[in-house]
Amino acid sequence: MGQITLSQVRKSFGEVHVIPGVDLTIEDGEFVVFVGPSGCGKSTLLRLIAGLEDTTSGIIAIDGKDATALPPAKRGLAMVFQSYALYPHMSVRKNIAFPLKMAGMSESEQATRVERAAKVLNLTSYLDRRPGQLSGGQRQRVAIGRAIVREPAAFLFDEPLSNLDAALRVGMRQEITELHQSLKTTMVYVTHDQVEAMTMADKIVVLNAGRIEQVGSPLELYRAPVNQFVAGFIGSPKMNFIEGAEAKKHGASTIGIRPEHIEIVEDGPWTGTVGLAEHLGSDTFLRVTVDGIGTLTVRANGEIDRHRNDRITLAPQTDKIHRFDKDGRSMK
Amino acid sequence: MATKASRAAARMMISPAVILLFAWMIVPLGMTLYFSVLRYNLLTPGANPFVGWENYYWFLTDPSFSAAMVNTLVLVGGVLLITVIGGILFALLLDRPMFGQGVIRIMVIAPFFVMPTVSALVWKNMFMNPVNGIFGRIATGLGFQPVDFFGQIPLASIIIIVAWQWLPFATLILLTALQSLDQEQLEAAEMDGANWTSRFWYIMLPHLARAITVVILIQTIFLLSVFAEILVTTNGGPGTASTTVTYLVYVSSLLQYDVGIGSAGGVVAVILANIVAIFLMRMIGKNLDA
Repeated sequence: MGQITLSQVRKSFGEVHVIPGVDLTIEDGEFVVFVGPSGCGKSTLLRLIAGLEDTTSGIIAIDGKDATALPPAKRGLAMVFQSYALYPHMSVRKNIAFPLKMAGMSESEQATRVERAAKVLNLTSYLDRRPGQLSGGQRQRVAIGRAIVREPAAFLFDEPLSNLDAALRVGMRQEITELHQSLKTTMVYVTHDQVEAMTMADKIVVLNAGRIEQVGSPLELYRAPVNQFVAGFIGSPKMNFIEGAEAKKHGASTIGIRPEHIEIVEDGPWTGTVGLAEHLGSDTFLRVTVDGIGTLTVRANGEIDRHRNDRITLAPQTDKIHRFDKDGRSMK
Repeated sequence: MATKASRAAARMMISPAVILLFAWMIVPLGMTLYFSVLRYNLLTPGANPFVGWENYYWFLTDPSFSAAMVNTLVLVGGVLLITVIGGILFALLLDRPMFGQGVIRIMVIAPFFVMPTVSALVWKNMFMNPVNGIFGRIATGLGFQPVDFFGQIPLASIIIIVAWQWLPFATLILLTALQSLDQEQLEAAEMDGANWTSRFWYIMLPHLARAITVVILIQTIFLLSVFAEILVTTNGGPGTASTTVTYLVYVSSLLQYDVGIGSAGGVVAVILANIVAIFLMRMIGKNLDA
């Protein structure tokens, strides 16, 4: 079991209100991702759940029981840190066994559990090495191993992939997702990378300045962002925002259109000059300066042959245009 | 990248300093070795004939020598014990955020700035004097017999004084080491269910191992040559109760005016220091790599 409920949780450091009040329910077995820009309070929120920070006010309940005042060890949660926080002077085996040893488990039980975790994570041949002799991805797996041996009610991940290189990150992303599917344990995952959020989450929580902007499945957030912040944050490359006369035509203060919803056509409402063309192979991203509107990012076919200073005509898919009022809220 | 030419240039540039340092070490050592094989007493001027191992024989069979050896080891061991344990405790305290942290840290480090002679005299006259010292006054005030520190427990008193001087050094090194400990490791241990004692034992202490090694090595080298504190407090007495090997060398050459035996003692001290150093390096030096 691992249901976590936050009600009116606040956190202030002196005069600074990092989290002005958060209500959130994380259901048992869910993979929840907290995503937001740097300094939005997502790590603080995770640390509050872990018990590494005390709440200023509000209640954190785990499986329906009030855990606000419980020390971290008593909450039954395990955490994977950004720096992995492995114990450098202990072998991998001892690192993984440490929480079991602290729980006073017998040597033989410790050994079986460590072996089992090592097998799941492909660490069996590294058990007698020190963390310093492992690569980044292996260290990451040891940190996860140390978390899973305890069989916690929920896993907390604090930006675990940010120290890995791009190729490894994609691999570890899949491994963590698979781990979640096999363990079916609640996971709370903090990241600033919306790609990680979109690919891994059952439920994404978008945070901004300590407030929850929107909670929903990846596609809900993509299709129906509640405001301009979420619309701009979810999706890569970012949504284009257009203000002024073009927005007025749609009866909004600002309109947003994603790069993938703009088509290059023979005859369309917008004409512009290509500035930069990024050819990725599978896609091409064009930066187009559209007359009377401004610069837009457009996603085109990967093998399109358009270059700097070409004139092209664009047409937005009108049903995919998002409209925002002057406060940035979505208009239905 | 070092080319052949740049390496040669580097060697040439650095050689004056190296030669100077080498001469600084080898000339006094050579003269000591030379004097140690001569009959060379300032009270009987004249010829200084070569006598071979005679000076060594007299120094090593001197009844004070075995006492001095034991005293030296007790002094070094006692001071190391107090400063390492005390240093860890102080470092743990000073690592906590508290009011006036900066001032308190400077005050803790202050004893290190006081020269050994002065601090020994302050201890001798203001603290440990049975009549006027603070400890004596407290004891008399409470109705106890005051302790005559330098009469009854001379070596222990010197250990206290020297430990007081070296505690700041140990504290400083250990505090720096403690502050370099990754906080996430401690948090991870906390999540893993380790209480404070376990966190100290399994995380902090192994992290401090290297710093403790450094403290032990550096202090041992300096503690083997403790001298001023003994000279101004007990003069090595009563009897030989607080005579160390260093002090015995002083007694032979400058109180008995026998330069030959004094030099032999100096050579013995150098050899002993090297034995201790090799022993320490082998025992705990492995903490320094990895």
